[in-house]
Amino acid sequence: MRTKVYVSGAILGLSTWGSGLTQALAQTDAGQARYVAANCANCHGTAGTARGGMPSLAGQSKERLAESFRAFRDGKRPATVMHQIAKGYTDQQIDAMAEYFASQKAAR
Amino acid sequence: MNTRNFSRRDVLKLSAAGVAVGALGACATTPGSKGKVVVVGGGWGGATAAKYLRLWSEGSIDVTLVEPSRTFVSCPISNLVLGGSRTIEQLTMGYDGLRAHGVNVVHDTVTAIDAGKRQVRLASGTSLPYDRLIVSPGIESSAEFMYEGIKGMTAADADVIPHAWKAGPQTVLLRRQLEAMADGGTVVLSVPMAPYRCPPGPYERTCQIAHYLKTRKPKSKLIVVDANPQVTSKGPLFTRVWKEDYAGIVEYRPNMAVNEVDVKGRTLVSNLGDRIKGDVLNFIPPQRAANIARDAGLITANNRWCEVDWMTMESIKVPGVHVIGDATLSAPLMPKSGHMANQHGKAAAAAIVELMNGRAPVPPMMANTCYSYIDDRNAIHVASVHRWVPEKKTMEVVAGASGVSGQDRAQWVFEGQYAWGWAQTVWADMLA
Repeated sequence: MRTKVYVSGAILGLSTWGSGLTQALAQTDAGQARYVAANCANCHGTAGTARGGMPSLAGQSKERLAESFRAFRDGKRPATVMHQIAKGYTDQQIDAMAEYFASQKAAR
Repeated sequence: MNTRNFSRRDVLKLSAAGVAVGALGACATTPGSKGKVVVVGGGWGGATAAKYLRLWSEGSIDVTLVEPSRTFVSCPISNLVLGGSRTIEQLTMGYDGLRAHGVNVVHDTVTAIDAGKRQVRLASGTSLPYDRLIVSPGIESSAEFMYEGIKGMTAADADVIPHAWKAGPQTVLLRRQLEAMADGGTVVLSVPMAPYRCPPGPYERTCQIAHYLKTRKPKSKLIVVDANPQVTSKGPLFTRVWKEDYAGIVEYRPNMAVNEVDVKGRTLVSNLGDRIKGDVLNFIPPQRAANIARDAGLITANNRWCEVDWMTMESIKVPGVHVIGDATLSAPLMPKSGHMANQHGKAAAAAIVELMNGRAPVPPMMANTCYSYIDDRNAIHVASVHRWVPEKKTMEVVAGASGVSGQDRAQWVFEGQYAWGWAQTVWADMLA
């Protein structure tokens, strides 16, 4: 994987890393999932636990989450906002977010 | 700033080769700490950044948040205080939730940023060292600028002619003026030329004031004086609402920039010499990034806004300083909204966590949803998703991933419920 990324010059001031390359890569990919998933937190809560009657996502099945998201995206499930938001993400991002929320504990 | 293109593999190679080793900075940190981050400003951007730095670093980054106010008052929903369906208390929260995440919340004012020494000075006299600084100062809402270039008006006059563009006492003041006005009176609302904080805000406010007048003072009028050629956000929806719900109350006048205020005569004067007199005046002045951003050399565009590298939210000019929220020069079609400032905060937190762990930042994604209440129950929205476009080095709206509410008013009732749910959820996302 050779994703071109744009890094500030300050990258050279790095801390040491204890873990090996593989672990570092895995961490980065897991990190990527939580960062994209944080797009959802404004309406669906930190780590997918919402308030005020908004739908929580934490702890739902990965398949169901991904399927709902795609249904919004493809116009198969009616929505007020989600049909617009859902068009913003790739299949890979959708699966990563679904996996992230599925792995979160539903609070309350 | 010297920026370079790295692939993730290059970064890995560099680190593995031991080229990039050593402490993060000259500052002493607590044992096991990956570094120190100071966040300036505890609003939508800063509070979010502080919380997510703690969450995503699993407590390994020391975070100090400097915010003068002991309470957070939400700008979003504050127009409903003017309309009368919400109270300012419902929008006011404390910072204890951030403390529970291990954020060191300091109620003080940052008076200077020394990017060379990597420290900020506080009004109390102490200094705070940092490895990375996040500046989330918002717009300047005090002092000279807001009214510089406006003849006849100074900041002190905001006690008589409120802007109410920072939620809190100004919101309450405007509400009281509306309550004190006799039925049959005239309210004048003045909208500055874009860009300004919260594009749909002035038009939501129009609806809220009109709703109050319609239900409590039906003989009254609201004149909206807009410097812009048309309604800046959700135009067709707002225009429809004014026609269907507030006919005879709202009078909208585009292309009218106010450059003079007759404070004693309660009159706004336009650049073409029109004089608009009112019993209650709500003059929303032009805006720019707050003084602390200017003094730190972070303002790089039009003497108003701070340009950032969207990959990290780092200033294009001052290394180690990340700028988020309304103070940034917005990427194309990116609104200056609280929701977006929250997303900026997360992008900055993500980049800093990655950098402090010796990894390359991942390309950011950001989403925005802005609800506007058209009365006490119904709301309309605008939404968009923004992605990093490497070849243009900016954020752009993903094709197709944006839009506003449909014209079916039955849906607006649901949107009104979602808007209140959104508010409670996003406040918790920042502060709980």
